[in-house]
Amino acid sequence: MSKNGHSARSDQTRNGQQEQILKVENLRKTFDGITAVADVSFHVEKGSITGLIGPNGAGKSTTFDLITGVQRPDGGAVEFNDTEITGYRSDQVANQGLVRTFQIARELSEMTVLENLMLAPQNQAGEAVWRAVLPRARAQVVEQEKELREQAWEMLELFEIEHVAHESAGNLSGGQRKLLEMARVLMTDPEMVLLDEPLAGVNPTLEEKLIDRLHTLKEQGYTFLFVEHDMDVIMNNCDTVIVMHQGSVLTEGQPDAVKNNEKVLDAYLGEEVKI
Amino acid sequence: MSTGSLQARAEGWLGNNDVRLLIALALAIGGLYALFSVVLGFQLNGTVNTLRRVAFLSAIYAMLALALNLQWGYAGLFNLGAAGFMAIGVYTMGILTAPVTASPPGFGLPLPVAIVGAILVTGIIGGLAALPAIRLRADYLAIVTVAFSEIVRLTLRAPEFANTRIAGVAFGTGGATGLSLPSNPIRVLFYTDPATTAPAPNALGAAIFSAVEPLGIEETLVIGWAYVIVLCLCLGLLYWLMIRIGKSPFGRVLKSIREDQQVTQALGKDTRLFKIKTFALGCALMGLIAIFWRLSGGYASPRMFKPIQTFYIFIALFIGGTGSPTGSIVGGALFASLLFEGPSFIRRVVAEYLQLSNAPDTLVSALAELGTLDVTPLLAYSVQDVSISALRLMLLGIVLVYLMQRHPDGLLGHRKAIASSVALSQQATREDDNE
Repeated sequence: MSKNGHSARSDQTRNGQQEQILKVENLRKTFDGITAVADVSFHVEKGSITGLIGPNGAGKSTTFDLITGVQRPDGGAVEFNDTEITGYRSDQVANQGLVRTFQIARELSEMTVLENLMLAPQNQAGEAVWRAVLPRARAQVVEQEKELREQAWEMLELFEIEHVAHESAGNLSGGQRKLLEMARVLMTDPEMVLLDEPLAGVNPTLEEKLIDRLHTLKEQGYTFLFVEHDMDVIMNNCDTVIVMHQGSVLTEGQPDAVKNNEKVLDAYLGEEVKI
Repeated sequence: MSTGSLQARAEGWLGNNDVRLLIALALAIGGLYALFSVVLGFQLNGTVNTLRRVAFLSAIYAMLALALNLQWGYAGLFNLGAAGFMAIGVYTMGILTAPVTASPPGFGLPLPVAIVGAILVTGIIGGLAALPAIRLRADYLAIVTVAFSEIVRLTLRAPEFANTRIAGVAFGTGGATGLSLPSNPIRVLFYTDPATTAPAPNALGAAIFSAVEPLGIEETLVIGWAYVIVLCLCLGLLYWLMIRIGKSPFGRVLKSIREDQQVTQALGKDTRLFKIKTFALGCALMGLIAIFWRLSGGYASPRMFKPIQTFYIFIALFIGGTGSPTGSIVGGALFASLLFEGPSFIRRVVAEYLQLSNAPDTLVSALAELGTLDVTPLLAYSVQDVSISALRLMLLGIVLVYLMQRHPDGLLGHRKAIASSVALSQQATREDDNE
């Protein structure tokens, strides 16, 4: 599946010690005086599934926006694969191998499912207009398109949505859109994927399927950081859980430890948090 | 390329429904105007000239609609400054070709060099004009570009630049009186020395002129038709180019920018660059097409590039349907033949067959008479020569309202061409594997 061959995926451990792929340090963001992200620091280990949880308004989606360049942070730093990416535009972040999905699935509704997938891969020769037109250069484009088409069909099969391949993405059900969005980010051949509530609005059967895919992909070396409200899903599937509350990281650790953490229980039950 | 493959290719094109539609449309418009000419009692020369004018305008507006479709139909860039970029193209070419000794003086460059220069200048200015607007929403880009187009027109009209000298270089726009352009380049095909006022025909010219003379067809008309044929070839080339772009990965990114720029960027596409490139390319094409438009007339003036010119192109695009190159050509041809040229022909037919007198001075007084259920004053007003532009605008308004109500996606409807350079079916994938 890997096209660009982000080779780092295969050597997820170095000297037996887990490598950190994403480092977030003291990230801050305010909107018109309202603090959305006060001071967020955490690390994500390569090849892991990490959950990011917290009550509504805890700043999870904003943190995603700050990491992926959708918004610029007021302070702090983001490091991905030992490269500082703070303040990068979202396309630059994606080109580093760090991609995201959105909380509300944003399929390109007027394009077909296949077009959605074919759009995603990076370094497409035919994205230069002259190559798309001039006959000799176009032959190279056509070759690459054939390869991408094959990858796209593999991806459709992986997510079991090949029966809607030629449908306009706007005609898909909510759950299928979530699958499409995940398939689409994987087509960019990333190293790490940030998933913003990938299971919201997804029925239990599909949910199981999606989680299953997540584990398969983890085995292949992908790293996931995902926001989710379903505690069972988080506790049963994540290697590490990060809990956010009121724009800061409350705690992080193994699911079991987090589950029994008093501060976390308070935050979820709406108690005043004393830090 | 062998004759066989050429033939196969031609058959492939003719088997294409869209190409057949376009040919049928051209024949229908031609038939309509031939009928007008018969009704109005034109001689053969007059009929052929009517057809030439309609074909010329149809080709120009079809090409302009194609260029605008690249920006608006493919990428969702709302360029309300098309007229300004057309003016830049024409004037750059005019200034570059004007002789150094002329008034206003120019650079005296050969026409092909000047055309390349004009394309580059228009493209670069288009790219620069898009820069501040690139982060803006579509409506802001529209405001920026319409203002830009008016700045261009007023600058060209300003007496300060009519005949000026900047950094030691003398040139001029001719101000409000306009600028002379080189004579129609197609004359080279027919005359030995086309630049002179009464040139001698060359062998080809002499043969064709003498062949059509007994039919009463004038030399200028032969030249006019030759020019239209070249324009139609250019239109075909542009059509092919736009289809190629639409089906390429480049076109795919443009489509996705039109739908959701943030998502496109999140997938690693530098949307700013794509938008600037598309805007620059579209503007450069508009400059080139405007050169085609004005070269046949040999003259350009700022009043030809008013914002209404931009709206004409938008209406042409809306008629056919945005996003589809075939729709752009259908829209351009229907706009030019029916809405732009139609009213004056209908006027002449009505004036020929109905004896109308005492036309009111204004449209309001003509409409007021409708209260007495008498339509003659309105009819009499409408067929006056001076009211044609008002009539045309009214017709455009009606057509726009009708389109918005009944065909918001244009006459060809919402057409989905798959943005891919290869067939995307699974079967196609397997066939490739078996090769």
